Amino acid sequence: MAVRDEVATPPATGRTGRADARIEISGVTKRFLSPSGEAFTALRDVTFDVEPGQFCAVVGPTGCGKSTTLGLVSGLDRPSEGTVLVGGREVDGITDGISFMFQADALLPWKTVLGNVAMGPMFRGVGKKQAHASARDWLRRVGLAGFEDHHPHQLSGGMRKRVAMAAALINEPSILLMDEPFGALDVQTKAIMSNELIGLWEQLRPSVLFITHDLEEAVALADRVVVMTSGPGSVKAVYDIDLPRPRGSVQDIRFQPRFLELHHQIWTSLREEVERAYARTTGENS
Amino acid sequence: MSSAVGTKAPSAELAAATGAGVRAVRRRRLLVLAARLAVAVVVVGGWQLVTTWGWLDPFFFGQPSGIARRLVDYFSQGDQATEFGSYWVQIETTLREAVFGFVAGAVTGIVFGVALGQNRFLADVFGPYIKVVNAIPRIVLGSIFVVAFGIGETPKVLLAAVLVFFVVFFNAFQGVREVDRNILANARVLGASPLQIVRHVVVPSALTWIIASLHTAFGFAIVGALVGEVLGAQSGLGLVIKTAQNSFDPNGVFATMFVIAIIALTAEWLLTKLERRLLSWRPPAPSEAAAI
Ligand SMILES: Nc1ncnc2c1ncn2[C@@H]1O[C@H](COP(=O)(O)OP(=O)(O)O)[C@@H](O)[C@H]1O
Ligand SMILES: [Mg+2]
Repeated sequence: MAVRDEVATPPATGRTGRADARIEISGVTKRFLSPSGEAFTALRDVTFDVEPGQFCAVVGPTGCGKSTTLGLVSGLDRPSEGTVLVGGREVDGITDGISFMFQADALLPWKTVLGNVAMGPMFRGVGKKQAHASARDWLRRVGLAGFEDHHPHQLSGGMRKRVAMAAALINEPSILLMDEPFGALDVQTKAIMSNELIGLWEQLRPSVLFITHDLEEAVALADRVVVMTSGPGSVKAVYDIDLPRPRGSVQDIRFQPRFLELHHQIWTSLREEVERAYARTTGENS
Repeated sequence: MSSAVGTKAPSAELAAATGAGVRAVRRRRLLVLAARLAVAVVVVGGWQLVTTWGWLDPFFFGQPSGIARRLVDYFSQGDQATEFGSYWVQIETTLREAVFGFVAGAVTGIVFGVALGQNRFLADVFGPYIKVVNAIPRIVLGSIFVVAFGIGETPKVLLAAVLVFFVVFFNAFQGVREVDRNILANARVLGASPLQIVRHVVVPSALTWIIASLHTAFGFAIVGALVGEVLGAQSGLGLVIKTAQNSFDPNGVFATMFVIAIIALTAEWLLTKLERRLLSWRPPAPSEAAAI
């Protein structure tokens, strides 16, 4: 299997070989214990794969366990049952070669923009001078040259997301986990950021696991879309998106017939789950 | 109004608004300063008058002019200023005790606060004991320290340190507990070791709380040193106060109080400078960016 992948996609980055970038989630169940010891099932028997270098989007209703899934792949958390393999090895501790863009702002407010981006290399033992040089380079690549000495609170929401993106990509990850990274942005900024993300992804070609609640975004960006059921989350369906690449800007692709067809098909599947989750929350309230 | 908008260049309009703003701010500052001075004149002048007119007995309540004279005496009579030597020596003694106690208490407070804040198990084990010790009126510990360590400077330093410790400890502990979970997870995924997490995430995050506690803590350090000295000492401002009290000299008490206030204000000023330096990353408070 590994041989086939090495032939299919030549290694773009040096850190980890391409085969190390495969994510295999099989039979994963995750239960949380409440402080009083009660068990709550967030994920039930989740199984899906992300091929090396693939852009995989996960959609599903709120609270279905999408963030939990990313936590398991990153190694921040362990499954209660089943296995999560990254590059054929079971996840144990923080996964090697991984970067994570969080749903909420996760920049250190007391560090400058430069300090924030340089953190990754510095935590991995790169000297300060070299880490800063490469942080400067990455800030230029995300269009933030000149903002090195600002603090996060001095930037707009979109600019902070750019910093987070530079901080996630500076380690040249073989796997990039993104938890609704652009969820809080306005539509225009979101479109610009999505285009930039795809540009950078095409240069580095990490495997991407991208969570979103925006199905259009998922279809426009991804090679594969995983639809999850409402909680406890499990995989409802997996769709391969056969739109050719490069796809051009995400604003334009939305009008292609094939895009609309796929979008409609996946939405039919997703709508049921969203409605079920919605009925449950309103049912709880009444 | 609407017709006038087009005729003025925007920059001129802005400059005019800025000019008016600067003038308004300056006028307000002067007004506040004048009102402050007035308050001081009324309080000190009133005190002076009621004691001069005999409504209050200066023998018991002191008198501003007497306090001023006593201050001049303290600082001009060299070795004869007090029974225990120069007034400067007394200041030095108290200051040394307070500063040593402050540093010792703050350092142990931060170390324990961070350690227990980081480690749930330790916190659950030690939490109740710390609460119990905190509930004891700690000034009483001064008597124990004097008995155990004599009337040298050690018991004062210890008392100051204990008082400072609890203030700093609780704040450091709380500060560590409040660390943002996302930021913590982010640092972990970026590959930070536990030590790097403490250094780059936990301590800077808790620093806001710790520094806020240091303001109160220095006051406690001075209280600890003074109480220790009142309980038994060979020199120090607490001893000066006790002696003045025993010889029915309220002016001496007030004069020394005044000196202590100056010391506390200086320390406060230094701590504020430190705070500005260490917390320069924080966004300005809403009150600092007022609308005109
Ligand atoms: N650490 C945790 N402890 C207890 N319950 C949790 C924890 N993390 C998530 N959950 C619960 O698991 C479910 C799935 O959460 P999450 O993965 O954040 O959903 P999503 O990201 O899809 O909106 C939610 O009901 C949430 O309340
Ligand atoms: Mg989530």
